Amino acid sequence: MSKVRVIDVHTGIFDENNRIADEIRRQNQADQTFLVNIMASPGAGKTSVLLRTIRELKRQYRIGVMEADIDYAIDAEKMEREDIPAIQVHTGGECAMDAAMTRQALSEFSSKDFDLIFLENVGNLVCPAENDTGASVNVEILSVPEGDDKPLKYPLMFQVCQVVLINKIDTKKFFAFDDEAVKARIHALNPDAKVFFLSAKTGEGFDQWTGWLKAQLQLRS
Amino acid sequence: MHEMGIVYHVADEVEKIAAQNDICHIGSVTLQIGEVTGVIFDYMSDLWGWVSDKSSLLKGSRLLYEQIPAVTLCKSCGQRYSTVQSGRQCPHCGSWDTVLVQGNEYIIKQIEADS
Repeated sequence: MSKVRVIDVHTGIFDENNRIADEIRRQNQADQTFLVNIMASPGAGKTSVLLRTIRELKRQYRIGVMEADIDYAIDAEKMEREDIPAIQVHTGGECAMDAAMTRQALSEFSSKDFDLIFLENVGNLVCPAENDTGASVNVEILSVPEGDDKPLKYPLMFQVCQVVLINKIDTKKFFAFDDEAVKARIHALNPDAKVFFLSAKTGEGFDQWTGWLKAQLQLRS
Repeated sequence: MHEMGIVYHVADEVEKIAAQNDICHIGSVTLQIGEVTGVIFDYMSDLWGWVSDKSSLLKGSRLLYEQIPAVTLCKSCGQRYSTVQSGRQCPHCGSWDTVLVQGNEYIIKQIEADS
């Protein structure tokens, strides 16, 4: 005979993920490793922005990259061609990195040997925003061809990011992209967000972004 | 497919709760999901079938859900309204100074153990 027992749980589905994420932040702080979670839609220029950022900073800092994708290792190969330490993480079909996957990747990468680690998340504006990876800072890259309306359509992404990089500003003459409107939409969701306009192709605007990043790294040491 | 990650998180959490409460088999798991989380419950249900089939604890169990309606508070006039009907702009006074007060929850409400 079977008895039915009801157990009231009332636990957030992401509570355990958030607990692991906080642990990652504590450990990285102790190791003085700054973890930057880069999120964007596919094709926004995550890899190109990272390559140019790392070229500008790699003489000063020890930098590594964790590439998260559903499959394949093309991004990690691009990093390795430039002698940037990289590991490829396959999420096994999942649309975002979660904290447990990030913790495992960090430990395989011996993360404490780095000052700065970029996590290039799966290209997607929905799931990565829901999963706290334990990053020190969340950065969203929005490219000009995607349009200035994206903060309206994907509000959570713009709420969880401390920095928004508007990439591909060299293509602005081809698109109706309103800089002031996008800033206003981002700040309506997240008044403290830093917004930097840049082009990974020409390098325009990179000084402000890398300057901000260096200031964050100095604050930690 | 953000449902897949969510289903894995639910399965992990239920396994843990079952171990703490000496439960050998789960009959059902009830979730409370906010109206504006973007979760498509039919997908979750299909994925649950696939994930639960691989676990002796969860095999044959049902995933149930309750929706929490999305409500927005207008900071200008103090009234509350349905987020899905009116969005970000307050239908009472036209203000954009509004904040979501409920509707983005992901909660495991209860589990039913049948042995």
